[in-house]
Amino acid sequence: MPREVGRQYKEILKKYIDSQSEEDLYVGQQFSRRFIEKQIAPEDVISIHKTALLELLPDLRDEVWISMDFLIEMMIHYGLTLREHQSLIRKQEILQMEMNVATKVQDTLLQTTSPNVKGLDVGWVSQPAHQMNGDYVYFLNENQHVASVAVADVMGKGIPAALCMSMIKFGMDGLEKGDTDPRAVLDIINRIVEKSVDNSMFISMFYGKYDARSSTFSYSSAGHEPALYFNAASGTFMELNAKGLLLGIKTDVVYEEHAVQMQDGDFIAMMTDGVTETRTEEGFIESESIQQLLESVRDQSAQKMAEHLYNELAGLQEYRLGDDFTIVIFKKNPEEV
Amino acid sequence: MSYRSSVEIYTEWDIVAARQLGRNEAKKTGFGTVDQARITTAISELARNIYLYAGKGKIEIERISENGAFGIKIIASDEGPGISDLRKVMEDGYSTSGGLGAGMPGVKRLMDEFKVVSEPGVGTTITAKKWLH
Ligand SMILES: Nc1ncnc2c1ncn2[C@@H]1O[C@H](COP(=O)(O)OP(=O)(O)OP(=O)(O)O)[C@@H](O)[C@H]1O
Ligand SMILES: [Mg+2]
Repeated sequence: MPREVGRQYKEILKKYIDSQSEEDLYVGQQFSRRFIEKQIAPEDVISIHKTALLELLPDLRDEVWISMDFLIEMMIHYGLTLREHQSLIRKQEILQMEMNVATKVQDTLLQTTSPNVKGLDVGWVSQPAHQMNGDYVYFLNENQHVASVAVADVMGKGIPAALCMSMIKFGMDGLEKGDTDPRAVLDIINRIVEKSVDNSMFISMFYGKYDARSSTFSYSSAGHEPALYFNAASGTFMELNAKGLLLGIKTDVVYEEHAVQMQDGDFIAMMTDGVTETRTEEGFIESESIQQLLESVRDQSAQKMAEHLYNELAGLQEYRLGDDFTIVIFKKNPEEV
Repeated sequence: MSYRSSVEIYTEWDIVAARQLGRNEAKKTGFGTVDQARITTAISELARNIYLYAGKGKIEIERISENGAFGIKIIASDEGPGISDLRKVMEDGYSTSGGLGAGMPGVKRLMDEFKVVSEPGVGTTITAKKWLH
C-alpha cells in the first residue's frame, strides 16, 4: 500500500515541479490527507519524498540526499509524538465513556425526593458546573410533620467529590431512626467523614429541619454559607448563621443550633457558594441582588423561585457555571383548612 | 548465524557509540533508512536511560534470524536501581519529558517486540527486536 501511495505522490510532485501551479498544491494538500488516513508516519513521508525525487531528478547533488536522511532522523520523534497523541485520544474516549456511566450511577445513587409536609412548600435546583456535581442535597421526611434537608458542598470537584458524597448519603440514610436534631446530625456525619476521608477533602454542610407543629425551622451549619431567611411581615431578609467547623477536620466539634419561627409567606433559601459567588462582570454578585431576585418572585411556588434564581444567575454567567450551583427553598404557606 | 557486538555505557559519548553500532548493524541486516533511524532512536533512548538512571550498563546488538525472517535484537542491561513501577513507566505521557512521545513507550513503538525485566535493587534488562518485513 505505501508503494501505491508513493507512486501517486511521485506523480503529483512531478506535476508541481513542472508547473508550480496553485492547483497542484491544492491536489497535493488533499493527497496529504491520505497519508494521515493511512497513518503514514512523518519520517515515512520524507522517505517517500526522497524516493520520488530519486526517480524524478536522479542527478541532484549528493548533499541533497544526505540532507534528506538527516530530515528523516529529525522526524522520528515527531512520528512518536503523533502516535502517542493518537493513543492518548483513544484513552480519553474510554475515560469519557466511563465518566458518563459514573454520572448516571451518581444520579441514581444520590436521588432524593422532596418532603411532603402540610403547609411547607419545597423547591430546589442543583446544577453541576462540569459533569459531576460536587454539591449534594438530601431530604429527610421523618414523619408527616417534619421535613429536613442537608445541603452540602464538597470542596474539590469531580470524581473524588462524588465518591465522598455516597458516603454522606449512607450516613444520612442511617439517621432515620436516631436523633435528627440538626446539631446531632452534623455531629454524626462529621464523625463518619472524619473517619473515612483523608484530610485534603473538606465538606461544608447546612442542615435544616422544619417542624410543622410549631412552625419552627431549626438549623446547624458546618462551615457552610449562611441561609437567607425572608420575613414576609416586615419584608426583610436575615442571614441564618450557626457556628461549626467544616466536616471531617476533627471529631469533637460543637455545632451550634438555632431556630426561627416561620409565619405564612416566610421562606428560607439554603445555597452553596456556587450561588453566592456567582461572578458577574463587576466581580461577585451582591447578596442584595440575590435577595431582590428572590423577593421579586416571593408569590410564586418555591420551585419556581428556585428556578428563577438559577435562570437569572446562570444567565449572568452566560450559562457557563463557574461552580456547582445549588439552592433549596423552604416556604411556609397558609395551611388550607 | 548470529553475531553479537556490544558497547559499554559509561559516558554520554558511549550513547553515540551505541547508536553508531546499531545503525551499522541495522544497515547490514538490510533495513532501509527510516527503519535504521528508528532502531537507532530506540537504542539511543535505552542507552540514555542507562546513563541517566543506572550510571552504567551495556547495549548489545545482535543480528537474528528465525523461521527465515531476519531482524535485529537490542539488549540493554544494567545493574542499577531497577524500575519499581513498570506499568506506569510503560504508560503514555509518564516519561519526565512528558508528551514528547519518547521514553519507554516510544521504544516499544519503534520496535516490533519489547520486553522488560526489572527488579528494584538488582537491575534492568530490556530486550527489543525488529524484523525485516
Ligand atoms: N535503566 C533504568 N534503570 C532505572 N530506572 C529506569 C531505567 N530506565 C528508565 N527508568 C525509570 O523509568 C522512567 C521512565 O523512563 P522513560 O525513558 O520512559 O522516560 P524518561 O527517561 O523519564 O524521559 P524521556 O522521555 O526523556 O526518556 C525514568 O524516569 C526512570 O525513573
Ligand atoms: Mg528516558
